[in-house]
Formats: sequence, structure tokens, C-alpha cells
Amino acid sequence: MEIPKKPVPIVNDWARPFWDAAKEQRLVIQKCKDCEKHIFYPRIACPHCSSDNVEWVDASGKGTVYSYTVVESNSPSAFLKDIPYVVAVVRLEEGVQMLSNVVGCEPGEVRCDMPVEVTFEKLDDEFTLPKFKPATR
Amino acid sequence: MPKVAVIGVGQSAFVRAYPGSIRELAFEAYREAMHDAGIKAEQIDASVVCSAPEYDKQRTPAGLMAEYLGLNPQPTFYVESVCSSSSSGLRTAYALIASGLHDVVMVLGFQKMSEISSAESQERMGRGADIQWEAPFGTMMPAYYALHARGHFEKYGTTEEDLALIRLKSSTYGLINEKAVFRKELSLEKILEPKFIATPLKVFDCCANADGSSCLILASEEKAKDLCRKPVWIKGLGMATAPINMAGRDSFSGLKCAQLAAKRAYDMAGITPQDVDVAEVHDCFTIAEMMAYEDLGFAEPGQGPQLIRSKETYKEGKIPVNVDGGLLSKGHPIGATGGSQIRTIVLQLRGDAGPMQVPEAKIGLVHNIGGVGIYGNVSVFGTE
Repeated sequence: MEIPKKPVPIVNDWARPFWDAAKEQRLVIQKCKDCEKHIFYPRIACPHCSSDNVEWVDASGKGTVYSYTVVESNSPSAFLKDIPYVVAVVRLEEGVQMLSNVVGCEPGEVRCDMPVEVTFEKLDDEFTLPKFKPATR
Repeated sequence: MPKVAVIGVGQSAFVRAYPGSIRELAFEAYREAMHDAGIKAEQIDASVVCSAPEYDKQRTPAGLMAEYLGLNPQPTFYVESVCSSSSSGLRTAYALIASGLHDVVMVLGFQKMSEISSAESQERMGRGADIQWEAPFGTMMPAYYALHARGHFEKYGTTEEDLALIRLKSSTYGLINEKAVFRKELSLEKILEPKFIATPLKVFDCCANADGSSCLILASEEKAKDLCRKPVWIKGLGMATAPINMAGRDSFSGLKCAQLAAKRAYDMAGITPQDVDVAEVHDCFTIAEMMAYEDLGFAEPGQGPQLIRSKETYKEGKIPVNVDGGLLSKGHPIGATGGSQIRTIVLQLRGDAGPMQVPEAKIGLVHNIGGVGIYGNVSVFGTE
């Protein structure tokens, strides 16, 4: 069976700054200039106060693992060669959460509340994905 | 609020691969429900057709079903909330009748998951979560529920053995349900074999895909009393939603949509969790049933494991849950699942559940979740 390509991010004008930054190995998130809350995932307007006065800011890239799982079988077929891999929800210092992968360690070493920091993995010539690795002290 | 009753229920056998098309598959449940209600096609004023469209080759299936089942020229339309589609269909049909627009409404749920290959089905199932911000990281349904299992383990000390006990119960009842797809006896050792899908969930923590259909006939109070000897009344309907994206979840030890839907259903019915005599919950994964115990108030948060360890959710316990085998053993044909759960509860309340019968059941509950806690439907039924 032909292995399908991994799904690529869906990019539009509101999502593009996130993916452009990732390609430069920077993690950016939105912040509302009116209610001052951080926003993830990127939106056309602030989901808290509906203001469209939102800006892009650099995230620290540091956070902790909130929950995780190690995928060991039955993954989407494009990811079969990556098994075992870690899918995790990471809580960033800025207070927002994102779903990503934890890499750079054995999958069995991942724990809840583990400190992690952003790292970048090239998906193809067009896209780089922000992932997380155990934090270096 | 006007009273609305379920006056007929039907379900096809849930099977791995149904040999016919969605037409014949739907007809199996339809025929049983119509026979059960003792009515003819011309007595149905409108129909609500439910499935998850990503598995269907046929577009706009409501029109097809109305024609095939002989329901033209009455109104029909399609309702979807993935795995809870037919509970959303129940809610819609209730509103159609309570509003006075129609007197007798059919809710038809179906899914032929074998319509497409297993691999393709897996890919399409994933599209029921956030495709823009999560799919690039290799997400899939078991992984999403595994995140919640990890959350429950972490917060409450729940173990893989606790989840295995839920599957053990499920297999016990799957064996006595002649319409279940999985009818094998399972031992705790077999369930605990370390064949992981997404840790801590193993093969037997996950329900199987199945083909199947379900059909409910609903009627106004006047019609129900006229047509039906033992109507089962809809006492409470609760529905709630929660973020599709995991970025929006502040808890991984329960499902917010289920908690809120339960509160709304209990309030409408004027009952408490302790009043429920028998329940059907959405155990697409063992962890989902564990969370349901707590989200529905059958146990305090964190006390779900105690409930299954002490066998209180078995038929003889204080709150029997999924004594028809649940999704884990009966099977989970997405669009048909809610209707099948409702059928089980209706049979229980009528005293027609055969070997699965819970004695003296007067109030029953159905908990049916769409996606990974995107849509929560909780429905309460009663004999009065």
C-alpha cells in the first residue's frame, strides 16, 4: 500500500505568521492588546473579548507536559514509521496549551509535569513543526 | 413541556462487515422498530436521519432513506454530531413533536464503517478532531482518549487494572447480547496483555468498528396513548459542547460536555443521579466509561474505580451500566450508537430486556458522546 503523506498544516492569512516563525525556529503566539490574554491556537480575533486588536509575540518556548500518550500501534498510516511517538498537551509558561510531540528522549521517559522546551522539526521544504524536548536546566 | 414518548425501537445486529448497502442495513432496524410500534409507514409524519458523513459514500442519505423506507413524501432531514448523532436526532425529534409541528417522528441512525477500508476509516475518524492544529502531530482517536486516561491516572491513581475491570464487565454482557459484534469471553489476563495502542490504552480498552443501524419511533402524548401499550417517556434531555481542540481543555480527568449535559438532563427530569435504575454510557474506550461514572454523578470525582472494583455497575449492583455489552462489546457503528443505547434503555424500562433485564427498572439514562468530548448528550427516560 502506498504510504500517504503526513498532513501538512492548513495555512491562511491568520495562521501564516505562526508557520513563518516556526520555519525560522521561533515559537510565536497571539496576545490580545485589549484584555492582555495570550491566545492559542491563532485566531481571527480574541476568543476572550472578541477584540481584533491582537498581536504576535515571542513565546518563551518553555512549559510543562500536562498530559501525554505514547502511540505504539494503529497510528494514522503516515505516522507508522514514527512509532513509538509521544503525543502530548504542553502548558506553556504564558498559560496557553498546545498539542504537539515530545521528542529528544525515550518515549518511556515522558511524565506529566515534566519541564520541556520548544524544539523544531522540519516536516518538508515548506513547513517546520514546533515540538518539545526535555528542558535543559 | 408537552410529553413525548418512545413507542417503538429497533436495531440491526452489529456486525464487522454488513453484506448489503446502507439501504438494507437501515431497513433492518426500521422493520424491527415499525413492528415493535405496530404502525405503518404512512403514520410517520417526519423522519430524522443520523450518521457520521465521513464514512458514507452516499451524499445526503436522508433523502435516500425516506425513499427506500417508503416515507416519501413526508419531510426528512439529516442530523450529525459524530458518535452522538442519533442522540442529537432524538433531541431534534423531541422538539419537532413538543412544538406541535409533528405527532409521530422516526429517528434513524446508521453507519456502514466497512464502506471504506480500515486504514481510510482511521484517517477519516481523525478528521473528527482538529485537523488544522493537531493532525500534523499524528493524532488519532485512541491517543486523544489516552490523554484523558493519563489525566485520570495522574490525578486519582487509577490503574490499567481498573480499566481492565470495565472491559471484563463488558465482555460478560456482550456474551448474552445476540446483537453484539464481540461475543467472546475475556479473562483479566488476556485484557491486560501489554498490546498497547496509545499508552495506557491497550487493544481491549478500545471498542471495535462495526456496521449497524438503529431506529426509534417517537410520538406525542395523545398518539402514544392511542398507539402504544407501554410507552416510555422522555423525561430529560441535556446537551452540551466543549472545545474540539485540546488547547481549550482545562481538565483531562473528565468530560465537561458530559458533566453539563448530565446536570441539564437531571434538572429537566427533576431527578438526581441516585434515582437512575439502569444506564447506558458511551464506552468507546474503557476510560470513557470510567469518566462517565463520575461525570454522571454515579460516583464522586476520583471514585469511579471504586464503583467497578466493587462491581456496583454490574446488573446486580446499585447502578447497572452497559449491561448490553456497551460499545466495547456490542460495537460502535457511529451514527447508530445513540439509538441502540436508547433502545436498550427502552427495553429495560418495559421489562423486555430478556437475559439483560435489570429488575424493577423505572428510570433509565443514556450518555452518548460525540468526538473526544465535543458533543455531550445525556437523556433520561421513565415509565411514567
